[in-house]
Amino acid sequence: MHALVVDDSRAMRSLLRQILGRLGIDVAEAADGRAAIDAVVAGPLPDVALVDWHMPVMDGLELVTEMRRHKEWRHMAIMMVTTESEHENMVRALLAGANEYLIKPFSADAVLEKLSLLGLAPEATPASDHQGGEYLP
Amino acid sequence: MTTATTEDFHFLQQFLLDRSAIVLSEEKHYLVETRLLPVVQRAGVGSIGELVRAIRRGDRDVEVAVVDAMTTNETSWFRDAAPFEALRKIVLPEVIAANVVRRKLSIWSAACSTGQELYSVAMILDAEFSEVASWKLDLHGTDLSTTVVDKARSGHFTALEINRGLPASHLVRYFRHEGGHYVIADALRSKVRFELFNLAKPWPPMQDYDIILLRNVLIYFDVATKAKVLEEAKAHLRPSGYLLLGTAESPRGLVEGFHSMPAGGTTIYRKEGA
Repeated sequence: MHALVVDDSRAMRSLLRQILGRLGIDVAEAADGRAAIDAVVAGPLPDVALVDWHMPVMDGLELVTEMRRHKEWRHMAIMMVTTESEHENMVRALLAGANEYLIKPFSADAVLEKLSLLGLAPEATPASDHQGGEYLP
Repeated sequence: MTTATTEDFHFLQQFLLDRSAIVLSEEKHYLVETRLLPVVQRAGVGSIGELVRAIRRGDRDVEVAVVDAMTTNETSWFRDAAPFEALRKIVLPEVIAANVVRRKLSIWSAACSTGQELYSVAMILDAEFSEVASWKLDLHGTDLSTTVVDKARSGHFTALEINRGLPASHLVRYFRHEGGHYVIADALRSKVRFELFNLAKPWPPMQDYDIILLRNVLIYFDVATKAKVLEEAKAHLRPSGYLLLGTAESPRGLVEGFHSMPAGGTTIYRKEGA
């Protein structure tokens, strides 16, 4: 399985790479929306893109909108991973084409559960052993 | 001083067994320290040993705090896909059909923790079973921990909690963001009630239910308590009633009178004689 992590925070990208890597998922990274589009065009098509909202160059909402313009990318799931928690904005992201929404801070288990909701449950080891595993970026 | 001495640990083992029938195995020494450190800090005492001494002299507040802290409250929305799929596809359709004349439905989340399981059931009923919207619904959640019951009643959840297994569509439909918390919609909260209840103690006279969710709690009990709790649960199931247990739990060898039914990766139990 392939995932694309789009976040302007290097620490967050590294954290998500670590969580997803433990699940046996290949991870590519992009630091803004424009770089994410370039990464998808370059291929391979990710099974899921994890997208921050507030980023330079092209923000997460613009990125989701742009990604959903490409019909050939329709099988790629999009999960917002963001501090943006206003109800209205969550609805906007979902209407724009995001499939799931993970609010920061989150636990490693939550990432796995959200992937399961997307039908992308990895077969590898669980994200944590339930003795902690909380990430508070 | 955050470590528990062997003597403290053994005292707490017995205390938790007596108070809540929780079996704390030897390898859970670390769990005592992890869970009780915040209690030590909140109580303003210096060590787990001091907590133990407070319990020995009958300090009720410390007793409650320790039971609360040691009760495993790990929970998420729609926890485990298979049982909730069984609820949607088999249990709820059958039970609703059986109650179509009475127009009543009673569901008990018997170890409800902070309420996610019961609220998840309420969301399923609201979103997928509109035919019961005008029925008399009794969605009842109980737990032995005061802290979690209070939290369940409040309907307030943190981002960490809201992320756990809740589909985004339900997040936007059933919650509002208020003061840093995610608050369950009043329409949903008004359908549920939460109370303190200790499964391991003698059960008071109570109503019967169409569905009892008794998930991931028997694992903490000794064999005799498991059998007693299952016998009581059976007695409080209506004739067409279903019992849902945790993945590692089964009535087999503990109580007669349940018909086990495989259901898409899980097993559900229907009261025999239905």
